[in-house]
Amino acid sequence: MGTAVIVAPESVRLMRAHVGRRRRLLDAGMRRLALFAAILCVIPLAAVLIFVTLNGASALNLDLLTKAPRALGRNGGAASAILGTLQMVPLASLLAIPVGVAGGVYVGEFADRRSAQIIRFAADVMVGVPSILIGIFVFTFLVLPFKQFNAFAGSVALAIIMIPVILRTTEEILALVPGTLREASLALGIPMWRTVLSVVIRTGLGGILTGVMLAFARAMGETAPLLFTALGSRLVNVGDFGKPMDSLPVFIYVNARQPYELQNQQAWGAAFLLLLIVLVINVAVRARTWGRAIGN
Amino acid sequence: MIESPAAADEAVPSARPATDEDPGSSDPSWLGGASTPRDKTDDRDDRQLSPAAPTLDVRGLDAYYGAFRAIRDVSLAIPGKSVTAIIGPSGCGKSTFLRSLNRMHELVPGARVSGQVELLGIDIYDPIVDPVQLRRVVGMVFQRPNPFPTMSIYDNVAASLRLTGRHTRAELDEVVERSLHRAALWDEVKDKLKANGTSLSGGQQQRLCIARALAVDPQVILMDEPASALDPIATLRIEELITELRVNYTIVIVTHNMQQASRISDRTAFFTMGEDRAGHLVEVDDTIKIFTNPRHQLTEDYVSGRFG
Repeated sequence: MGTAVIVAPESVRLMRAHVGRRRRLLDAGMRRLALFAAILCVIPLAAVLIFVTLNGASALNLDLLTKAPRALGRNGGAASAILGTLQMVPLASLLAIPVGVAGGVYVGEFADRRSAQIIRFAADVMVGVPSILIGIFVFTFLVLPFKQFNAFAGSVALAIIMIPVILRTTEEILALVPGTLREASLALGIPMWRTVLSVVIRTGLGGILTGVMLAFARAMGETAPLLFTALGSRLVNVGDFGKPMDSLPVFIYVNARQPYELQNQQAWGAAFLLLLIVLVINVAVRARTWGRAIGN
Repeated sequence: MIESPAAADEAVPSARPATDEDPGSSDPSWLGGASTPRDKTDDRDDRQLSPAAPTLDVRGLDAYYGAFRAIRDVSLAIPGKSVTAIIGPSGCGKSTFLRSLNRMHELVPGARVSGQVELLGIDIYDPIVDPVQLRRVVGMVFQRPNPFPTMSIYDNVAASLRLTGRHTRAELDEVVERSLHRAALWDEVKDKLKANGTSLSGGQQQRLCIARALAVDPQVILMDEPASALDPIATLRIEELITELRVNYTIVIVTHNMQQASRISDRTAFFTMGEDRAGHLVEVDDTIKIFTNPRHQLTEDYVSGRFG
């Protein structure tokens, strides 16, 4: 916006204006293209949020939260599914957290470079394995032999999905813990195992917790591995892990396919509920660790 | 060793504010170090200290990183209850040498040592020696203050005890207070022991790390450029503290700062790097001798600032 002091010869000014305009146009065009692509990336999330909220919020009521499902379009709720998810995912966490964290600690603190690379690679591959394959895999050794779909198999399948996520986050977080802290501890005559436990893990605990919560949220939304294992159920199952058990994703899957409007509504309500829980966990975890390197 | 009553009076830092400039720092009588009686008003006595402050006798020490020899054939006697400074140009193996005195060197993958380091009549590299136990006798302070970030001031000092055995609260209280007193930090932190260790200033953090090392009740303290990350005033306080600690401990300090070596040490060892890039000892002598009348031309050149 400054005032032009130097007046260039006409030819130079024209040339400059010409090149400038082309460049400006190209720049603006490319910028818009990139912006458009970026918006395209966010649209699905926004669409899902809006869609599920519009359809599901109204279906979320006390009945849905407290009543058991009933067959053939009659009134009922998703209590079986809510209770099922709240049992199977914590059990899966109980199985996955020790294995995942201990594995991450091994890779981060004790493994030599080569075995660390192999385990890291295996974990990354495991994250990418389609979850239905994990369901079938668990089906063959925890369902087939007993001739009975069961909630324990469901938890194991979810745990297998959680383990590599927890392992990788743990290992990455431990790598952020400064080596000087390990040295400080070892130089005090504190043994290696105690150093890892009370200094290294403690320093990275916030970050490890983040990984655990993200894995927890991911497991909550998994459908495919449960179809072959916990199956789903109309009955409220509290505590009997030897029997089929309902879960929110499977409840949504089953009810969305029913011909009855009421059950479709219940599926929307359950979807909204699941979305809410997963969103709250994600946002809470990310907000807690915002801008913090080690996340504690 | 030159005894200096003037310097002795200077070195009771807890009685003075931190900002007090130390006129003794330019006093040549600091050469050779000053012994200081402990603060007489302090009722925590030193009876629980190891009385000996043993000597370290290094013989034919080589240290390797994989195939690379970082130090070659170092033989050096480190007397008890004194400060021995290790000086020399960058890369001459000063830190490696220091870290092989409490077997921290071997924690680096591929690192190993050959030769002998005799402490209290035992070779610390003898297979019967547990390096974890050894490090409780030979403590260490690092270049950058590294308090445990998840722990309070109190917990930092108590960490070594808490993580290696069971202790009553009263025992911990006593050790924490005594260690902080010895590290000349008690008066500054006694009202905020629960505050995070990292909330302190850099110099305070380094004294906290010294207190943490003292809590184990070591007999030898290794310091790897303990003041190089600190400002001049904080450096001065650390130097005063070292001068106090030398009464009861065997101290080995690596420093880049030759003035610092001349101010606080009794003996100085000069290392340099050979053709094969392995560090080795050129000479070791009383500090005043190294800085005024060294035997080797190389030492003379280094202390007069002609290289390094």
